Amino acid sequence: MERIKELYAYREMLISLVRKDLRGRYKASVLGFLWTFINPLLQLIVYTIVFSVIMRAGIKDFYMFLFVALVPWIFFSSSLTGGATTIINNGDMVKKIYFPRLVLPMAYVTSCFVNMLFCFIVIFAVIIVTGFGVNFTALLCLPLIMIIEYILALGISFITSACTVYLRDLEHILGIATMAWMYLSPIMYPASFVPDKYQALFNLNPMTPVITAYRDILYYKTVPHFQTLLSSAIIGVVSVIVGYFVFEKLQKGFAEEM
Amino acid sequence: MSDNAIELKNVKKKFKVYYDKGTALKDKLLFWSRNKYEENWVLNDISFNIKKGEAVGLIGRNGCGKSTTLKLINRIIYPTSGEIVVNGRVSSLIELGAGFHPDMTGRENIYTNASIFGMTREEIDEKIDDIIAFSELGEHIDNPVRTYSSGMYMRLGFSVAINVKADILLIDEILAVGDVNFQSKCFEKLRELKASGVTIVIVSHSMAQIESICDKVVWIEKGNIKEIDKPSIVGAHYSNDMENERMNTVNNEIDKSQSGGNFNCSERTGNGDILIKELYMYKDNHEENKHVFTMGEHLNIEIAYECKKEKTEGTDFRLSFVRSDGVVVYGISSLSDKAQIDIKDRGKIIFNIDKLSLLPGKYYLDIDIKQKDDVILDYIKNAKEFYIENEGNDIGEFGVISMNHKWLGDKE
Repeated sequence: MERIKELYAYREMLISLVRKDLRGRYKASVLGFLWTFINPLLQLIVYTIVFSVIMRAGIKDFYMFLFVALVPWIFFSSSLTGGATTIINNGDMVKKIYFPRLVLPMAYVTSCFVNMLFCFIVIFAVIIVTGFGVNFTALLCLPLIMIIEYILALGISFITSACTVYLRDLEHILGIATMAWMYLSPIMYPASFVPDKYQALFNLNPMTPVITAYRDILYYKTVPHFQTLLSSAIIGVVSVIVGYFVFEKLQKGFAEEM
Repeated sequence: MSDNAIELKNVKKKFKVYYDKGTALKDKLLFWSRNKYEENWVLNDISFNIKKGEAVGLIGRNGCGKSTTLKLINRIIYPTSGEIVVNGRVSSLIELGAGFHPDMTGRENIYTNASIFGMTREEIDEKIDDIIAFSELGEHIDNPVRTYSSGMYMRLGFSVAINVKADILLIDEILAVGDVNFQSKCFEKLRELKASGVTIVIVSHSMAQIESICDKVVWIEKGNIKEIDKPSIVGAHYSNDMENERMNTVNNEIDKSQSGGNFNCSERTGNGDILIKELYMYKDNHEENKHVFTMGEHLNIEIAYECKKEKTEGTDFRLSFVRSDGVVVYGISSLSDKAQIDIKDRGKIIFNIDKLSLLPGKYYLDIDIKQKDDVILDYIKNAKEFYIENEGNDIGEFGVISMNHKWLGDKE
């Protein structure tokens, strides 16, 4: 479509913005780029202490169980909340220059994705150091699930960034919603902990199959069920298509609304 | 492919002007009344075409819709109805330095900024040297932008924007960047771009700038096209119109305290033996109530007074015309003029000028009445405020007064 050709023409802008964001992140702080790793590591430490030492859930190698789900979750949630403000934060550009507005949330999600890749380096480092081991066949599915999650995050960020322009509160609402969402996903606990009568409801969560896939690959070291991959793929595609149309419809009024 | 770079077909645009805009959820759900708005039709059916390679100026009063038109061409906002067709890549000199990151160097920022205009890496590589050269930043180009002065910042932004390989260039009143040399360089570059076939659309208040580059001018007034023609023609009509408008406003604005025979008596001294009761300024007819006069035409000043003294010999009426900045451009006294004036208990004196030689501007009239030994009877400063309008000064004299003159050739 026209729009895809246009986005391709503006690829340099996408790359520039991603590079600018990665450079800019934490540049002013003391630890700089290291925060990309330290942030998830610190979260990991705290949650491990709480859920395996204090509130003993009884899961073997809880830190690994948690880490392989937490990192993908952080990518998703930061795309959701951070992605929401990309348009309003770039108000000046949007009001004065023409460029395909879609580039803004795309650049943000992409830079979050790159951050996730760096965190995966840490995951693999931990796997090697602790001798946890990998299943190479399962590992082949990792790029697949990453791409699916990327598409899902894109779609969601399209929706949140466009809606936030019209409803500024959304920024804050999303912060709280994300927190609740995290606890309603199988991140701190396996899906099997959920009582049977709530299983169906639990599975309505679009992130459930995605997190399950990551965990299957890296913690349980098995190839994820086809069903899991299929559900998450469908969710990803639906999200990006719906997100795209919502964004396109709303973007005409951006300059006036801000 | 059409011959036109830009086509506007029956474009209408309205804006919602909210009484009190609330963007929070609470405001949208609870305070319905705050969401009340008025509709403001900024453009009412505008249609015109711009051919490829043409340079067009958009002029009009503030709020007439010219910047909105530019934004519509630039696809920042969309028409409420009607159609806009744009053929070619658009670059705009509207927001300079977009995307600049203070910690990145000038060079790196060029890449970021140019990419926002839609240039690919290869295209930027091709033009990077031209851009750096144009900006005159020299070695500074490899320093972080946060070390730049605001002038350097603007020059860099401008440099990128004007070197983007675009088919259409939109400019919104931003040609006043940098020092005089840089500005002339920018104009030169614009002329070059025009010569190479780039379509240019400029919004400006400066007819001089527009006349130097544009082939035609579109005059927009209150959302409609008032005139489209060559710059010299539209420019003259526009200036006239602006001037008439201003003089009308002036006529209406000058206080009731100065209409008809009334005058401003806030700065008044004197012992009051003779008092000025009414003061009129008019062209031919005492009934006129205007404060704007024309060079080369009549001016009459009528002073109605009341006198309490017995002995009125040696009474002097003095008039001073004072320019708005305080310079006394003309003064005369009836005594030194040896004017024959009979002073009665109640009377009036008329001071008549056949051909007004004052140049356009804003003036005040001071009037005072003295007696022979310099005692002040009535002195009113800034009694009347009046204007001389631009019309009548076709030859473009400037300064304080107009003088009859001739230019003679070489006698030999």
